[in-house]
Amino acid sequence: MIRLTRHYEFAAAHLLIHPDLSDAENRRIYGKCANPNGHGHDYGVDVTVSGPVHPESGRIVDLEALDAIVEDEVLSRFARRTLNDDEAFRRLVPTAENIARVIYEKLAPAIAERSSAELVRVDVRETGKNTFAYGAIQ
Amino acid sequence: MGTVRLTRAIEFSASLRYCRSDLSEADNERLFGAAAARHGHNYRLEVTLRGEPDPMTGMVIDLKELEQVLDREVMARFDHRDLNTDTPYFEKRAPTPENFALVIRRLLLDALPDGTLDRIRLQPESTLWVEIVEPEDAP
Repeated sequence: MIRLTRHYEFAAAHLLIHPDLSDAENRRIYGKCANPNGHGHDYGVDVTVSGPVHPESGRIVDLEALDAIVEDEVLSRFARRTLNDDEAFRRLVPTAENIARVIYEKLAPAIAERSSAELVRVDVRETGKNTFAYGAIQ
Repeated sequence: MGTVRLTRAIEFSASLRYCRSDLSEADNERLFGAAAARHGHNYRLEVTLRGEPDPMTGMVIDLKELEQVLDREVMARFDHRDLNTDTPYFEKRAPTPENFALVIRRLLLDALPDGTLDRIRLQPESTLWVEIVEPEDAP
């Protein structure tokens, strides 16, 4: 299986609170990540696609097309925003696990529709210490 | 004992342009855009092998042997070379990361002991890389 990975970055604010829980419960579960005024990260996102290598172009995916999809679906939505304000995180705590899953679910149909490649994995690096992967893990 | 994977990384530098000799200059520029102009990369190649460690030596492969294979098959062919003019692999296909990784995979499959290659990861830029993973039941 041949696959291609492209790395992107965006900076965003968030705080970890579930709207149905009390302040004390959120504090107990999320600790300093629940600080009420939020905090931020430089997120790294690795987008991995798979598919046939086109004999004409020698490519799995047109990188400009992939960049445009990621710009439309991810970077323009999340870069320099507060993730909790995004519709995707109204009922979903913006942990990096959930961010990876949301990005995967936004990118998968767009990549299927706008390219001949298939999304197979999204990795989200929240800090230098923590990375989260969603999709076909190998 | 179970399968162990080991990864060796090497780095090399090469120049290239995306072009196919069967196309005109204008068609190459249309198809490949800015990459049709000659440029260069510092490539990083990670080669992962898999296997059961030998009960006596404790090794999947002698790293000296792996290093010799990588020197002969990759460094000698590609380091400080021009991929289009100094190698025979990119006449009819452009040296995209995908095509380059497929060439390196073929060379390593032929040079390494059967069934030992697990994957390669070829990274021409910090924001882009290609991986080829061999199926588990590879002969």
